[in-house]
Amino acid sequence: MNQLPLLLPVSFLLFSVISVLAGIWRRDLGYLAALVGAAAGVPLAIWGLFRVLSQGTVRYHLGGWPPPFGIEYVLDPLAAFMASIIAAIGLLVLVYARRSIDHEVPEKAPLLYPVALLLLAGLTGIVVTGDLFNLFVFLEIASLSAYALLASGRGLAPLAAFRYLILGTMAGSFYLLGVGFIYFSTGSLNMADVAERMPPLYESRVLLAAAVLMVLGLGLKMALFPLHPWLPDAYTYAPSAVTGLIAPLMTKVAGYVLIRLFLDVFGPSYLRDTVPVIAAIGWLAAGGIVVGSVMAIAQRDFRRMLAYSSVSQVAYVALGLGLGNPVGLIGALLHILNHAFMKGCLFLVAGGVRYRVGVWDLPHFAGLGRHMPWTMAAFTVAALGMIGIPPTAGFFSKWYLVQGGIAAGNWAFVAIILASSLLTAVYFFRVLERVYTSPLSPEVATSRGSDPPPGMLGPILILAGGVLVLGIINSIIVTQVLEKVASSLSGS
Amino acid sequence: MFEEFLGRYPYFMTVILLAIGLYGMVAKRNLLKKAIGMSIFQSAIFLFFIQGGAKWGATVPVIDPQRGMDPAQYMNPLPHVLILTAIVVSVATTGVSLALLLTIYQRYRTLDEKQVLEEARRKA
Repeated sequence: MNQLPLLLPVSFLLFSVISVLAGIWRRDLGYLAALVGAAAGVPLAIWGLFRVLSQGTVRYHLGGWPPPFGIEYVLDPLAAFMASIIAAIGLLVLVYARRSIDHEVPEKAPLLYPVALLLLAGLTGIVVTGDLFNLFVFLEIASLSAYALLASGRGLAPLAAFRYLILGTMAGSFYLLGVGFIYFSTGSLNMADVAERMPPLYESRVLLAAAVLMVLGLGLKMALFPLHPWLPDAYTYAPSAVTGLIAPLMTKVAGYVLIRLFLDVFGPSYLRDTVPVIAAIGWLAAGGIVVGSVMAIAQRDFRRMLAYSSVSQVAYVALGLGLGNPVGLIGALLHILNHAFMKGCLFLVAGGVRYRVGVWDLPHFAGLGRHMPWTMAAFTVAALGMIGIPPTAGFFSKWYLVQGGIAAGNWAFVAIILASSLLTAVYFFRVLERVYTSPLSPEVATSRGSDPPPGMLGPILILAGGVLVLGIINSIIVTQVLEKVASSLSGS
Repeated sequence: MFEEFLGRYPYFMTVILLAIGLYGMVAKRNLLKKAIGMSIFQSAIFLFFIQGGAKWGATVPVIDPQRGMDPAQYMNPLPHVLILTAIVVSVATTGVSLALLLTIYQRYRTLDEKQVLEEARRKA
């Protein structure tokens, strides 16, 4: 099964096309095709992960051209880990999307599902490709689908998506320029080949410019402070299911590309020891953690609060990378997984509240604890995870990050991680208090029903259960998968 | 000084184009002008790649019996092929951005960023 790395993005692409065609004929069939496509991705990705762990990295040469000349797809532990997250979140959100989209933007439903699959194809493509330019193409496929999805909301959604498009394209172009610098100085685009040719050029200023441009571009894409202002608007105006798909995945995959560049292209000895790029990312992330949390406290709209919280949480990933040691990197990767589940759950809860209550304003959350018990139980678990209370998953990634900070002797980072947990507690307990102690607001009390329908409640509960299960099995994930990824760091 | 400029003028031109594009994207209030700035910015990068594949006195990369197998006699086709793909990406990006602008215009009857926001506040 050498074709395994290729199958993931290609099957998503294929079902995206089938979904468009089927959707023209029968609206329901379009959704069904998209669902089948997303469902096919999960066993493929998880099988890929187990295979890679037991038998080592799988490589596929496109068109039979050997690596430095042709494009190579690589499924290694890091790629398989990311692909499994993408496929799992993609399937859960697609199950959820049907009722939620029909409620919020019914007229756009037939086209949203194929575009969502296109997004998944782009994201898995980014993860499995071993070629710098091919990565750019997949990055733009994913970004273009994200713009289209985010623009489907009401009100200012198109403007927010347009601003994101301008900044996202700028980011993609910076990355492309960086690829150009690398190509013209090393003569190769294959990641493994570039990594071999790079050490003699470590003194070159062209390489430094390439590193800075690529970090700048990916920093924009992952909303690293102070490049985050596009994110809150884009997440606030989009339909809930769309935010539920994009918020857990998009910025994390940009973070993955940074990690990949650090580990396998430039090499740790360059970005960490020769030029202090990684340290700069770490300090920007530290700023982002604080600013994101403080801004989240100031918000009145539930989804805007979650969006600022995303700015803060994705900065944890960057901070773990910025520590530049194996424990910090494990923390960052574990946080990618945990945050995908927690933030996915929270945004889906937001959609559930929108479905029953009709608005996202925090005052309307009053008394929902009795009105929608299961939804709010899921919300509570995810919120505790975000704060980092054991045994939820969020605790363990922060635990590794703190350990990494101590190992690096960087006490400022340790203090910031702990302080930011307090800030996170402030903005989530503020909501939790309303949910469980305040009386129901009058206009909500008259609305019928309680929890959203099973199609929406199911994915919410699975994600919330995932937050608990991932917390309990975190040591298995760390020893089986993440230590293999991080081991390349400890040697140097 | 002047010699140095002559040897590297494509780079200077690229930087000037990049700066124009960046100015359009960041400083202009009209959304269509932002989109135009984006196109200029992308084109600058395309030109940068294409000049990187160019060589004086070289020919198309098909083996010519009179020129032999010397790589210096042939252009590097790879940057051109990369940019062909990148142009397709940029066409798609421009298409999506124009579609978004169309939606914004239909909703608010203006493309001026400030007026769109005012209009949205008035409607809300």
